[in-house]
This record gives sequence, C-alpha cells and structure tokens, in this order.
Amino acid sequence: MGWIIFAIAAWALGWMLNVWLSRLPASRWTGLAAPLVFGITLLGIWEGLVHGFEINQVLLPAPTAIAARIATSTDLLWADFVQTVLKGALSGYVIGCGAAFLIAIAIDRFPFLRRGLLPVGNFVAALPVIGMAPILVMWFGFDWQSKAAVVVVMVFFPMLVNTVQGLQASDVMQRDLMQTYAAGYWRTLLKLRLPAAMPFVFNGLKIGTTLALIGAIVAEFFGSPIVGMGFRISTSVGQLTLDLVWAEIFVAALAGSAFYGLMALAEQRVTFWHPSQRN
Amino acid sequence: MSRSVVPVLTVIGFLLVFWYAAAVWLNAPWAYNKAQRAGETLSLSQVVADAWSQKKPKLPAPHQVAKEVWQTTVEKKITSKRSLIYHAGVTLSATLLGFVLGTGLGILLAVGIVYNRTMDMAVMPWVIASQTIPILAIAPMIIVVLNAVGISGLLPKAMISMYLSFFPVVVGMVKGLRSPDAMQLDQMRTWYAGKNQTFWKLRLPASMPYLFTSLKVGVAASLVGAIVGELPTGAVAGLGARLLAGSYYGQTVQIWSALVMAAALAACLVGIIGILQRVTLRRMGMS
Repeated sequence: MGWIIFAIAAWALGWMLNVWLSRLPASRWTGLAAPLVFGITLLGIWEGLVHGFEINQVLLPAPTAIAARIATSTDLLWADFVQTVLKGALSGYVIGCGAAFLIAIAIDRFPFLRRGLLPVGNFVAALPVIGMAPILVMWFGFDWQSKAAVVVVMVFFPMLVNTVQGLQASDVMQRDLMQTYAAGYWRTLLKLRLPAAMPFVFNGLKIGTTLALIGAIVAEFFGSPIVGMGFRISTSVGQLTLDLVWAEIFVAALAGSAFYGLMALAEQRVTFWHPSQRN
Repeated sequence: MSRSVVPVLTVIGFLLVFWYAAAVWLNAPWAYNKAQRAGETLSLSQVVADAWSQKKPKLPAPHQVAKEVWQTTVEKKITSKRSLIYHAGVTLSATLLGFVLGTGLGILLAVGIVYNRTMDMAVMPWVIASQTIPILAIAPMIIVVLNAVGISGLLPKAMISMYLSFFPVVVGMVKGLRSPDAMQLDQMRTWYAGKNQTFWKLRLPASMPYLFTSLKVGVAASLVGAIVGELPTGAVAGLGARLLAGSYYGQTVQIWSALVMAAALAACLVGIIGILQRVTLRRMGMS
C-alpha cells in the first residue's frame, strides 16, 4: 500500500512542480527543468506501481533494478554498443548519407533524372525497407558488415530525397545574382546552392539517425555474432532476463538521443541563418 | 503529372535492367559451381539462363518474384496458409488497429499540448525523445511480456504500430492546430467565440492539411511496426513471419515476394489516404 501512495505522491508532486514551473517566466532553465521533472515523475510512478502491485520482476523490472543491472554489466553493454552502434550503425550511416549526398548532386545536373528519381525515391522512402534486412544478412554474412548494409539502404532514400529538394531551395533571383557575378556551376553550387540546401540536408541527416539505430538492431534479429544489442535483446527476451533488455534499451535510447542531439547541434552551427534557428 | 511519366518509367526500366544484371552477377558463381561438379563447361548464355531460374538464388530475377507473387495471390485460396493475401491480411489488420490507436493518441496529445502550457513544456520534449528510442528493438520484449499477461494476437503488434505512428501525428497536429495566425484568432474573439468554438470552427479545420500529411507518414510507419512485430512471434502468420521463415530456410524468392507485397500494401495505404485528403480538402474548400 505504501508504494502505491508513493506513486500517487510522486505524480502529484511532479504535476504541481511542473505547473509551478510553467507559470514562471519562460527561460532556458525552465525549458530544461520541466521535461526533466516529468521524466523523473514517470520513473517514480513506475517504481511505485511495480512494488505496489507486486508486479513480477520478470515481466516489468523496477527502474532501480534496471539501474543496478546497468551498473553491474557495463563491460557487456559497452561491447554490444561498440558492435552495433559504432561498427554497424555509424559506418552504415556515413556510407549511406555520403553516397546519397553525392548522388543527389549528380542527379541535380540532369532535370530528366530528377523528375524520374524523385517520385521513385519518395515511394521507396515510404516502403518498409527494413524487410531487406534478411536478404542483406544473407549476402554480407552475420558480422557488422551486413548491419551496415541494412543501415545504408535505410538512410539512403530519405537523405537522397531531402538533398535533391534542398538543392532546389535557392530561388531564381539568387541564382540570377550568381550569374551576374559570372559564377560558374561549381562556384554557384558551393557558395549558394549547397548552403541553401543545408536545412533540408540536415533534415535528412536527423531522420537518418534513428533509422540507422533501428536498422542495425533489427538486422541482428536475423543473424549476428554473439555480441551486439539486437542479439542481446532477442536472447535475453528468450531467457526472460528483462532487466538486461531494459538496460540495452536505455543504452540505445541514450545513443539515439546523443546522435540526434549531435546532428541538431551541427545544424545550429551550420544553418544559423535560417529563420527556424533564430529566436 | 504526365510530364514526369516518361522519366519515372525510364528510371524504373533502368532499375529492372540493373536488377537482372545484378542477378546474373550474384548467381553466376553457383551456376559455375554446379557445372564444375557435373564436369561441364558453360557458355555465357547458359550461365545467364541458369542465373535467372535457380531455385534458391542469391538474388531472384524480377520475373521469378512476379511468378511467385502471382502463384501465392491469385492461384491460392485466400484461406490457405500459403496465400500471400492471407498473410497480408493478418499484417494489415494489425497495421490498421495500431494506426487508428496511434492517430487517436496523437490527436489527443496534440490538443493537450496546444491548450495546456504545462504539457507543452513537459511532454513535448519527451514526445521527440521517444522517437530516438529504437522502438523496433523493444518489439520482442513487448510481445513476450504482453503474451505473459495474457494479451496475445493482434494487440501487441498493434501497440508497436501505435508507438511508431503517433509521433508524426502529434508533431503534425501541433503545427496544424497552431497554424491559425493572430489575425484569425482575433477575428474569432471579435465574434465572441469561446475556446470550444475556436477549436471546432477554426483550429481543427485549419489543421486538416497537416493532419493528412502526417497520416501518410504514420500509416507507412505503422506497417513497418506491424511487420517487425511479427518477427518474434515465432513466424506464425503475417508478412513479417514470411520474411523470417524465408530467411531461416533460404527461400529468397519467398522473401522477395513478401517484400513486394509489403511494398504494394504500403503504396495502397498511402494512396488511399492521399485520395481521402484530396476529397476532404476539396469539400472544405482548402485545396
């Protein structure tokens, strides 16, 4: 009973604190504190309910149990992180986004190709590309190369479509101005069109961050060496050690947020001139 | 629209040619291997013919996939376990349930975020952060846990679809509900419209274009969720199960036909929403 009261108290306290925070004049500090309070409140409610209703630890471990698990198996988590995120997701992300970027620039030179590839690319971007995973695992073997290949396929089309769109973002007036400066194709590309495309490019890059992680993890369900986050999740579910699964999820969420945050930060630095970045 | 038909067809044609070439390149080693063991030498045309007609090719040629799709959709009874339509139906039901749940949740959250400052400050960052969690990675756990508490079948898969599809809806709807500008809101005030009336007569109609755009993204994500949700159920039924079974037994043609079916399903779903969008917006006088 005590734990249920704890959960209700956590909820009430968190809610009151956030209402109070939202009444304060808006600042950076309150903007950061409010979601933090909300997150901690959720964890508190979770902890309280798990103990209060005596939910089996096998089904839903309490946050404290998960934290303890993370603390005791850091080596394991790190090895999985290196295998899946650094080797699989990151290399695939770099290759996929890089190739899409270069191909988009090439396509942009030929309006015919652009008109043909854009609808096809848009179509493919909406497809369940993740289904390619078993095929690519078959082609490239069980190690991280096949995971990277899945990631390449997943991030390629969103990035391609965004970059192609971005390259058309500069308007006629601006391009005319470049022409009056007697700037050639390459100079126009470098000084005007690529910078103007950057908001779109970063949109593609940001979409790619989560896709890359998903691709690398799900590809491991179809076959992997005995290390990796997807492997650990699927085997741990089989052994019903769900605290380890949650620990992997925590690492994945942390990696995903950090990856996304890094891209958002780079976007702020590069596209500081864009209206959405000024405030 | 018609201006881009020729380029699109050209690109698709190129892709098909590339596919056939890749099939030869990937399947030729196995053809040579077979010939060597039989003590024969192969001419180029024989290699090509073999590469396009192997039973378990590394990359099946398009016509093989098309034949498999035809056989498993038209020539099989729908109730048969080997009918792709049966499997697509299983996946579709989970997709639609998850999509409806996700859209509902997304709209509710968006209304809350627009009308409640506390929610805007506290929940919105988490909505965004929720998508950096690779939910598909948690799919096996959700299904096993829900199975353990007695919920099985459609709902666990639908939950994963829901989680994937609610995000675009929240983001789109928040943008849409906030899209009326100060002038329009002032106009509502001069008419002495209450909060309710402002919502039903201004904010909600104004958000429709945004809603439909996010619904298209959402339904595609929802399908991905349903397919991945089928992986850990032990390959019972559904397109995801076909993929998994195909990858276990090296049945590449089966994998590809399941993929084609999934692609067709995604295209249909997005297309239907596109039609709905056009009809609705035209009736509302917004297109």
